[in-house]
Amino acid sequence: MSEEVKNDIKLPTGKRLVLSSSPHISTSESVRKIMLKVLLAMVPVCAAGVWFFGLRALWVIVFTTACCVGAEALWCAMTKKPVLATIRDCSAAVTGVLLALNLPAGVPFYVPLIGAFLAIWLGKQIFGGLGHNPFNPALVARVGLLIAIPAAMTSWTPPRGMDQNYPELKEFRASVDATTCATPLGVAGQRPKLTDRTTAARINFSKLASGRLLLRFFWGVRGGCIGETCVPALLLGGLILFAFNLINWRVPLCFAGTVALFTGIVNICWPGVTPPPLFHLLTGGLLLGAIFMATDMVTCPITGSGCVVFAIGCGIITSVIRIWGNYPEGVSFSILFMNALVPLIDRWCTDRPFGYVRKRKSEVRK
Amino acid sequence: MMLGAIETGRILMAAALMAGAGVVLGAVIGAIARIFRVEGDSRVDLVTELLPGANCGGCGKAGCRDFAKSVVSGENPPGKCPVSTREQVGAIALALGVEVGEVAHKKAVVRCSGTLFTSDRVAYYNGIHKCSSAMLVGGGPKVCRYGCLGMGDCARKCPFGAIEIINNLAVVHEELCVGCGSCAAVCPRGVIAIVPAAAHVHVFCNSPEKGAQKRKVCRSACLGCGKCVRKDPEKFELEAGLARVKYSAPELPTAETVEAVGCPTGALAMTERHRQKASEETNAK
Amino acid sequence: MTFEGGIHPADSGKVLTDNRPTLTPPVLERYQVLLCENVGKPPKPVVNVGDQVGKYQLIAAADGFVSANLHSPTSGKVVKIGDVPGPMGIPAPAIEIEADGEDASAETFPGLAGWRDADPKELVKRLADCGLVGMGGASFPTHVKLSPPPDKKVDTLILNGAECEPFLTADHRLMLERPRDVITGAEIMARILGVDDVNIGIEINKRDAIESLETLAEGTKVKIIPLMVRYPQGSEKHLIQAIAGREVPSGGLPADAGCVVQNVATAAACTDAVLRGLPLVERIVTVTGEIVCRPGNWKLKIGTPLLEALRLAGGVTEEPGKIIFGGPMMGFAQRSLEVPISKNTSGILLLTREEALRHRSTSCIRCGRCVQGCPMHLASCLLATAIENGRWDLALQNHVMDCIECGSCAYVCPAHRPLVQLMRSAKMELRKKR
Repeated sequence: MSEEVKNDIKLPTGKRLVLSSSPHISTSESVRKIMLKVLLAMVPVCAAGVWFFGLRALWVIVFTTACCVGAEALWCAMTKKPVLATIRDCSAAVTGVLLALNLPAGVPFYVPLIGAFLAIWLGKQIFGGLGHNPFNPALVARVGLLIAIPAAMTSWTPPRGMDQNYPELKEFRASVDATTCATPLGVAGQRPKLTDRTTAARINFSKLASGRLLLRFFWGVRGGCIGETCVPALLLGGLILFAFNLINWRVPLCFAGTVALFTGIVNICWPGVTPPPLFHLLTGGLLLGAIFMATDMVTCPITGSGCVVFAIGCGIITSVIRIWGNYPEGVSFSILFMNALVPLIDRWCTDRPFGYVRKRKSEVRK
Repeated sequence: MMLGAIETGRILMAAALMAGAGVVLGAVIGAIARIFRVEGDSRVDLVTELLPGANCGGCGKAGCRDFAKSVVSGENPPGKCPVSTREQVGAIALALGVEVGEVAHKKAVVRCSGTLFTSDRVAYYNGIHKCSSAMLVGGGPKVCRYGCLGMGDCARKCPFGAIEIINNLAVVHEELCVGCGSCAAVCPRGVIAIVPAAAHVHVFCNSPEKGAQKRKVCRSACLGCGKCVRKDPEKFELEAGLARVKYSAPELPTAETVEAVGCPTGALAMTERHRQKASEETNAK
Repeated sequence: MTFEGGIHPADSGKVLTDNRPTLTPPVLERYQVLLCENVGKPPKPVVNVGDQVGKYQLIAAADGFVSANLHSPTSGKVVKIGDVPGPMGIPAPAIEIEADGEDASAETFPGLAGWRDADPKELVKRLADCGLVGMGGASFPTHVKLSPPPDKKVDTLILNGAECEPFLTADHRLMLERPRDVITGAEIMARILGVDDVNIGIEINKRDAIESLETLAEGTKVKIIPLMVRYPQGSEKHLIQAIAGREVPSGGLPADAGCVVQNVATAAACTDAVLRGLPLVERIVTVTGEIVCRPGNWKLKIGTPLLEALRLAGGVTEEPGKIIFGGPMMGFAQRSLEVPISKNTSGILLLTREEALRHRSTSCIRCGRCVQGCPMHLASCLLATAIENGRWDLALQNHVMDCIECGSCAYVCPAHRPLVQLMRSAKMELRKKR
């Protein structure tokens, strides 16, 4: 077909056509944009972490992110995959920041370095890259570091505000030179467990969970990882994630709700065994885990009902580890455990397709 | 440190228990093997051992063991296996005491010569890189509706890695092909033909359209001019606008035949020459 | 009112042609009327090369029950009966007519003014005689749809005025310009089916159409139902769910849920056939796209070549990268410029090459947006992974045959996976194995 210029009308020649299947338009969203939005949601949490733990926390965040991106670049170079295209989707950066938020602020340089390789190589790339990993990479790294370098991973920097003379925080100021402190869960774990319903037991834990103390915990004046202390920052981050439709709201709600319910029941029946549920909600990595880690798209179930089952499972395991387990904190382990069950959950918790009638015994027929 | 009497006793007791458990379990396994034994012809196992084990289906049976059963039962001669060497076939024949049974072997040939450079594309195809998927989108990006799409469904299917995609055209490497037919089954365009292994000259075109139409879109198509048929009617025939080698003829065309005919577009060619031409990156006219 | 699932594709396209009234072009030189563009058997030509035909004259007769008549769009001479490039990318048989410019009408059917008392069977026969097919895209012969088997009790008629696809405005303009015909068409169909529950579903982004139809529907059985703007509201099954609150069983037809769904354009054509005795030979087509000089709505005769339609729209400002027949979500990309339009071409959309090649496909990140968006509630990403690995059994288990290929999943996927193409390839494989 030659180009026709007739009465100023230009007709197509058909020489530059593209053939593809419908649909011919699609959303402007991309994986990279999603990752950037997740990073945006983590900004309040990082800012809070830096506020409470100082510039060292900033260094940890930046260094961990750089190590993760570098680990991914190295892997791509070694396996002859396109390096820039893989880095461009920013998923390594997100893993880096998440991992940093899970580290204490005072970690020596080798902790983020090893953690980066654990997260990217062991947690993501050996499974085939983005989208193929069954486990949350940041959590794989955190748990790996916890087991391999427990001393560095449990030396908590005292946050800003702890040196002020609050009597209720006295027992959290562990060492004289104030380079480390204890976390509330750590302290609770060491309290003698009284399993009878004596008033002494109730008083024991209620002092730990007094209103003023809980308020301090809420604002973040407690020992912990960089990202897990400041609750308002975490909630703000969660709100941003929800606004951008990046997470399923059922997961944080059911996770936190299950922990509150479980520990609440145990606390009421056997008050000496565990502190009240509000204490559990505001301490440890629960909110960080529920909002940022358990909701990671790649390792979360795809249906709503599946997410509920997943979150309830996480909540139960977290509560059990916290109350009866050896470790003071159980969020990471519980999320990793439920991640392993996600393919099964996806298989079982499917939506009813349009036009099907569910018989009893979950048998689907037309 | 010397072991006391109690320790030795304990060790001996443990060892005796483990030995006893081993004997008992071994006996149980032996009994089960005896009770649930499936009677089979040991010759089938023998033949299966002697076969190459590619499970390609080239013999028409469902795998090597199935073929072994058919050889033992006499349904097929050992020579039917296209992958086995002469020595392997001879060994099987010797073991069973049967004739080798020469079977004319076959091989596959992709009868198209339209590469990226010689055959026009109507559009840029943007989708799943599979021939069967491309067919779903308006019949694929090539103007010619009969030619090879070159996205490699056949190459991926071939159990022997005998097909190479050169410049968007599938080309079979004769020396590796055993004629199992997997590629022909998976080609959505039906461009692959299974022909006698002795044939080395083919008409590399698949389109029955009129020569004038073909010439507009593909520089290496068969024009249906009939030169080859006129030169040698024993070896070639013309079906609509497409010339074909008569594979059932007593004599197959050779290099000299191709030279003598002088095909105007080169669609009639030796497989070697065809492969060379496919690698060329010019619009050979 | 709405259904569960679905997506909201960005639609900046409808404004291009929303306010452009439908124009009727002059008679062109050539028309290539496609023979096999309806579901069912293609009709058999009843004219030969060289015959003179008049407008509305029968040129191909239905072959069996599930087949539709074909009539000449203008007066002229039959010059060829053979293959032309078809809208599916493969050559399709067509009757080529060289117009003489007169547009002289052949004998048409008598108008049935007394249709309200006419025998429904007579009305159905009139629709069949006039070659009516579904004009929403499926091209199902209307007389077949309006004759449900006796064991299926139909009590609701629904007209599809949703026009959920971005860029298309043909149905909207029809409802604005011929509201009386749409209402009458609905009533005629209701008479044929013998139903009292007649609904026209219109998305609320077409307020003017809703109001104008509501005024005219007063006093009739016809109810105008405003629907929420959501894609794919115009899908049969989802219209039924939104308006009648019923779910068509999997593998079943709308009649299994007691409903019959027709497009508003088909209803208007119905009025033409019954009241005026005119067979179906033309339809409103939206010719649009950012690179079209004068996007608009045209009343094109069937068989209008694509290039002529583009010429009417003033040509293009740059070379298009994609020419789509239909809407951008479910339409077919064309590979040839010599394709003619047919009774079910609701739009011609041109996209630039940049738009066509904008996104590269990457691997699934399991974000779940496809699952949220699927109107059939399928687990699209899992299905796609199973299909990519050739697990047709898993795909069947996960209900791939229920996919309506609406494109919602592929639209929202941030990794831009070719999900619809994967579903189609699985359905093709599974059909081969049946």
